[in-house]
This record gives sequence, structure tokens and C-alpha cells, in this order.
Amino acid sequence: MPERTINLEQPILSRNEQLAAELRARFAQTGTYVVNVLSSPGSGKSSTILATNERLRDRFGLRCAVIEGDIASDVDAQLMKEAGMPAIQINTGGLCHLEGNMIRQAVDALDEAIGLDAIDVIFIENVGNLVCPVDFDLGENLCVMILSVPEGDDKPLKYPGIFQHAGALLLNKIDVAPAFDFDRAGYNRVLDDLNPRAPRFEVSATKGEGMDAWSDWLAGQVRAARA
Amino acid sequence: MHELGIVSGILETVSRAARDAGALRVVAVTLRIGDMREVVPETLDFAWDVLSEDDDLMRGSVLRVEAVRPRSRCLSCGEEFEHDRFHVRCPACGSAETHLLAGRELEIVSMEVDLP
Repeated sequence: MPERTINLEQPILSRNEQLAAELRARFAQTGTYVVNVLSSPGSGKSSTILATNERLRDRFGLRCAVIEGDIASDVDAQLMKEAGMPAIQINTGGLCHLEGNMIRQAVDALDEAIGLDAIDVIFIENVGNLVCPVDFDLGENLCVMILSVPEGDDKPLKYPGIFQHAGALLLNKIDVAPAFDFDRAGYNRVLDDLNPRAPRFEVSATKGEGMDAWSDWLAGQVRAARA
Repeated sequence: MHELGIVSGILETVSRAARDAGALRVVAVTLRIGDMREVVPETLDFAWDVLSEDDDLMRGSVLRVEAVRPRSRCLSCGEEFEHDRFHVRCPACGSAETHLLAGRELEIVSMEVDLP
């Protein structure tokens, strides 16, 4: 039986990449800046988004919305709505990351409800996971990675991909640092080689420490994307 | 554990291409995966065995993976260098301004099929 090699040469996630490119073009058209927020469960994605929203709104007049990705429940979306932010909940039903098609549906819903033109910044709160979300482009302008102090300083060594991929790195819960044996110098040393370009911010989302510096930087990125 | 989703994407593409080519069966599929990707080859194999079972054309086929070592170019001094996952700085001048040339591939290269 004749055997033959057929060249395929195409990206495996071509459908997701196509969707991400379409989303990116759409966001550029409406001037909407999109932040993909990555971290483990419980490191403070929601409280960081809430605290950042307050500052972007009050200091820069930016209107924020949020897309919540969770395996189940809508507790985070409720939290965001109570804070006055338009919020769409995606339930992945077990999937460990968000994909472009889910974001497109959520963006359609936001567009219909309030119009993308009326949104300056969309936070996508990804499923809490340090591995899988990295491989899925959602059309975002920025991936921000949040590590919290109690998780330990060795995480960049254990999960290098996500720390490398991020365009900004937040170290959260810095207010409880004295209670934990977190080696900040060691943590920073690993990042100096792993991802020397991404700016780092030490913050406490709930107490407010460092949140102005982070929000100011982010507002600058939003402005630069529109220029 | 997103390998299942990745494999179903590969199967869809390969199965369609094999049918278009009039293949009797697919013998092997070759992938190119950069070391900077979050993909575990053993898990890919497992997902492949499970999912390819359901397709007459794909059953019994094997996955081959070409791993790609990360390589970057320094934007300051122009040096091109290979590196591991943890060290992306330019070894020649120490600059952090580097551009990744290779290492994030996640591609289907080719497939081998039996033809009538």
C-alpha cells in the first residue's frame, strides 16, 4: 500500500488564534483596552480588579467592565456588579482556562448591554490556574500575573511559563509579608532572568498599598494603546 | 490539563485533511512544540490514544513530537542565542531587551497516510 507524507504546517490552536486576532481588531476599533488577569485560586484576582477599577475610575475617569471565568457559580460577577462594574460571568463547566469563543460571547453580551464604545478597560478574570491559560490568546492587550505572598517565593521556578508570559507582575498581600517566610530578593532574582522586561508591583489589594503605582502604570498603558 | 482540547483540535484538522486526500488511514502525525509551551508530551500521547479511537481513519496512529529549544535575538547587541526556560537575558551583553525567535511553536507539521 503506498504511503505518503502530507505537509500540513499550521498552528494547532489556529481557530483560537484566529478568534483572538478578530477580538483584538474589534477592541482596537472601539478603543477598549483588555487585561487578562492570571493567578492561582485565592491570590486576589477579584480584590485586585475591584481596587484597580476604583482608581482607574476616580483618578483617570476610565470606565471598566469585567468578564469572569470560573468553573461554576457567579459569586465573582455579583461582587463586581455590587461595585458598579458591568460584569459577565462565564462558567467553563470544568475547563481549566478561557478560550476565544467564550470571550467573544461575553464581549457580544457586553456590547449589547452597554456598547463596547462605552468601555475603556475590560478585565478578564481567568480561571485560577498557573498552567493552562498561558497557551490561549484571548485578544488581550496585557496579561497580568498575580502571585500572593502566602503562595511562596518558589512559584516562578515551578511555573515558569506564566511568569514569563506576563506583561506585568503583581506581588499581592504584601501587608502580610512579615508573617510569611517569603524571600523577596530570591523571588526577584529568578524573575530578573525569567522575565526581566515586565514591570513588578508589590501591592496589597485590600489595604491599598502599592495600588496607586500599579493603577497609574496601567492607565499609562491604556493611554499609550490609544495614541 | 488542556492537552485534551489541543488533541481534539489536531484530530479535527488531520482527519479533515486525510479525508480530502482520500487516505485509507493515518499512520502518524508530526507536531512541532516549543519548550516554552505548557504542553506535556506524555499527556498528549494519552489524550491522542483515547480520542483517536473514535475515528476509523485515525485509530492506531501515533504522534511524533519535534521539540524546539528556545532561541532569542538581543535587541541591544544583535546576539542570537539558545537558552532554557529560565534565562532569557542576552548572555553577551546582559540586556533584557530580547526577542524570542523560537520556542513557542505549537504546530502540526505533517502526517503520514496510507493511500489506496
